[in-house]
Amino acid sequence: MLQLVDVKGRPALAFAGLVIVAVALAVLPFVLTGIGTFWVRITNLAILYCLLALGLNIVVGFAGLLDLGYIAFYAVGAYVYAMLASPHFGLHLPFWIILPIGAAVACVFGVLLGAPTLKLRGDYLAIVTLGFGEIIRIFLNNLSQPINITSGPQGIARIDPFRIGTFDFSRTSSILGLTFTGPMKYYYLLLVVLLVVIAINLRLQDSRIGRAWEAIREDEVAARAMGINTRNMKLLAFAMGASFGGISGGMFSAIQGFISPESFILVESIMVLSMVVLGGMGNVWGVVIGAVLLSFAPELLREWVGPVQQAVFGRTLLDPEVIRMLLFGLALVLMMLFRPAGILPSALRKRELETRRTAG
Amino acid sequence: MAAESTTLLAAEGIGKRFGGVQALSEVGFTIRRGEIYGLIGPNGAGKTTLFNVLTGIYAPDGGSFTFDGRPLMGLKPNEVAARGIARTFQNIRLFGNLSALENVMVGRHVRTRTGVWGAISRHRRARDEEAGIQRRAVDLLEYVGVAPRAMDLAKNLPYGFQRRLEIARALATDPKLLALDEPAAGMNATETASLEALLHNIRRDGTTILLIEHDMKLVMGVCDRVLVLDYGRRIAEGPAAAVQKDPAVISAYLGGDVSLNLKGA
Amino acid sequence: MDIFLQQIVNGLTLGCVYAVVALGYTMVYGIIQLINFAHGEVVMIGAMTAYSVIVALTGAQVPLPPVAIVLVGALVAMPVCMGVGYALERTAYRPLRGAPRLAPLITAIGLSIILQHLAMIVWTRNPLSYPQIIRQVPIHLTGNPDGATITNVQIAIIVASVMMMGALLALVYRTKLGIAMRAVAQNPSIAGLMGIDINRVIALTFVIGAALGAVAGVMVGSYYGIAHYQMGALLGLKAFSAAVLGGIGNLAGAMLGGLLLGVIEALGAGYVGELTNLCRLSGWFDALAQRCASDPNVTLFGSNYQDVFAFIVLILVLVFRPSGLLGERVADRA
Repeated sequence: MLQLVDVKGRPALAFAGLVIVAVALAVLPFVLTGIGTFWVRITNLAILYCLLALGLNIVVGFAGLLDLGYIAFYAVGAYVYAMLASPHFGLHLPFWIILPIGAAVACVFGVLLGAPTLKLRGDYLAIVTLGFGEIIRIFLNNLSQPINITSGPQGIARIDPFRIGTFDFSRTSSILGLTFTGPMKYYYLLLVVLLVVIAINLRLQDSRIGRAWEAIREDEVAARAMGINTRNMKLLAFAMGASFGGISGGMFSAIQGFISPESFILVESIMVLSMVVLGGMGNVWGVVIGAVLLSFAPELLREWVGPVQQAVFGRTLLDPEVIRMLLFGLALVLMMLFRPAGILPSALRKRELETRRTAG
Repeated sequence: MAAESTTLLAAEGIGKRFGGVQALSEVGFTIRRGEIYGLIGPNGAGKTTLFNVLTGIYAPDGGSFTFDGRPLMGLKPNEVAARGIARTFQNIRLFGNLSALENVMVGRHVRTRTGVWGAISRHRRARDEEAGIQRRAVDLLEYVGVAPRAMDLAKNLPYGFQRRLEIARALATDPKLLALDEPAAGMNATETASLEALLHNIRRDGTTILLIEHDMKLVMGVCDRVLVLDYGRRIAEGPAAAVQKDPAVISAYLGGDVSLNLKGA
Repeated sequence: MDIFLQQIVNGLTLGCVYAVVALGYTMVYGIIQLINFAHGEVVMIGAMTAYSVIVALTGAQVPLPPVAIVLVGALVAMPVCMGVGYALERTAYRPLRGAPRLAPLITAIGLSIILQHLAMIVWTRNPLSYPQIIRQVPIHLTGNPDGATITNVQIAIIVASVMMMGALLALVYRTKLGIAMRAVAQNPSIAGLMGIDINRVIALTFVIGAALGAVAGVMVGSYYGIAHYQMGALLGLKAFSAAVLGGIGNLAGAMLGGLLLGVIEALGAGYVGELTNLCRLSGWFDALAQRCASDPNVTLFGSNYQDVFAFIVLILVLVFRPSGLLGERVADRA
């Protein structure tokens, strides 16, 4: 977190900044609940998107492998959770057992997809991953026959929330005199997970592994000539990205309580990709900002677009959903044309290095 | 170690064909430990192909390499690098969006071990290793004279710096043999002179060098022995001064020989 | 046997459409090694534009024979799509020529989304039922009255596709523009030095591909009787798979790949249910036997998996023969 602020020689200021951010994040759900519980749910979804975007960032941002079917791993994680913790099969395993299983299954899918295809050139890989994502979705949609595995298009409902003993994340409870609603509890849980994932991303990037990924992204031939086993490193990136997707999917399942193939369509993959691109491929903080912006944008649009159009034209011409998609599209195009490095300037990363150098 | 032979690399009967073009045929040579071995020849003579076959980018059609007493065949480029051959590229291939320092740090990859767990947990050994990588990289940047621009992105460095950064990156892999593909290409006289000094230093510090180069002044200045290729064949080998006077070499370069012209057409 | 013949006919019809769309991908790829991800949307715009024209003409009771009305629809769709194709090249691809390969792919994805949603604004989010002004007349291929048939529309699609492919081959191999295109494909900078206006040639390649796409859109619309703002994505992906199957960058390959993919898909959809019918195994499992007694078609995979075949073909080709059936260029130059 410190890297966001220019801390050189001003530790007190940095500490103050950190405290302010921490307090703001801690009281945020209370403020949002004041506006409407709905906004806490939206914030939780935004954090889930951050997690997804950070997982995809390992694949796309660090290793430079364009994965257009990333949502498939999210789907795998979500379905693993739903099947093992819902009345669908009558299984109700605790979440701390299922989440690792979901991550592992997603990881296996990642390796299965990656092993034969990673030697392909980047644009081919993109199309194959896209196809893979579609295959997964088609199977989810149809595997209700002859044996009902995924419950098909109607999806799986009444999925268990996270529970630790009697502490149920979906129920309102009172702790130290404060009332915590279900979404608020999930918010804190998600926030912790997010911080952990951010830390993992930052540490990976600034390590032997992360440098190897970035070397592959920059020039694969040169990377191999430097002794990097590009095949294994790419597979590792794929597997790690998939695992993050699987964990996020499991959390999505538990928080929503209901999943169906509808949630895992191609557009979702592209949305997560947009977040990574908008924020700046490979820039961890940029990706977080990109994910937050793009997840809140549609909700803010929903709030404003309708009324504004009503006021100007007397009726709603464009659905906020459509505007959102147009914005995604535009974001991808304009970013590539004018700012391929993303919102956050690369100077930031350079500064990080310098700070570390003066520190060490 | 006592039995370590003086030969570092021995090539025998190396052949490589691309479709109808015989890029290399029956090329053999040996490189001794501690020497600077030149590889010259007109454009299209097969020098870079030989480099690519040696470093595992292409598989040869025939022949064998023995490196450091062990056969070096059928290895992938990364395995060749692990065995101790590091190379640079004719058209510089740096990691453009990484800093100069990071470029060299990547070179340490093959000699270090930290995995995913070490990277995430940053346990003691991982931290020590990382510090070692950085120290070594800074040293190497100073060694080649790029240290003042250590934090610049590689793509923003001036040309001469990029060439030397590529050498530092290759040196970071602790090579026994450093293979340089036209390192002086595009350099002015001053830059070439400082490159020459650098090559002498590298050799003095114990690394054998294989050098492809068109700049004859540089070749004559640094190379102990020279191998001349033409049309994928070995036409001469020996001390630089002797090779320079070899009539076959002169005709290959000047194309004065009628039969050569016919072959070209 | 009749099912087989029928699936072949259906597959060839569909395959012709894939082939025409695949040509658009392969031409662009051949010349600038770029996957024009938005090509599927061009096809969609073609189908939608023709839809509007046909609806307008029939609505206005224009005294034209149905075939002429569809033809007018196609003739209007073509310039519209050519304009879209040109705009794509100018805004998204030309500025990124020479950029890392993934950059134009990402802009193309962005443009796909934009085109889709613009189309949705113009033509609503509902599937549009294509006016069936041409009555589909089945023609029996065998003596069996319940047997395989081919309709007049299918014949028209096949004939039109073959004519377009022929025209394209003539263009590429017989005209000056074709020579210029092949020269740019071989080596753009040398072609430029030889006095070829590279930008013009590349733009024309996009425009020609888009024109083919427009006609393909009209054909799909007339064949399935439906057009939808999202129809381009899947169609485009399948056509791209066809191009890869044939060997991307190779015109004959795109045609072959399209036809093959169409047939594979039709046969796959026609037979996968039968092939994976678990009732064959009912002798082994009692529970299965009981189920099969009430329903003799307990299939593992049904024809609803039709869309999977193209992707599986794509993955298999890329893994085992990345250069495709007729392609030559195997790997990246080192």
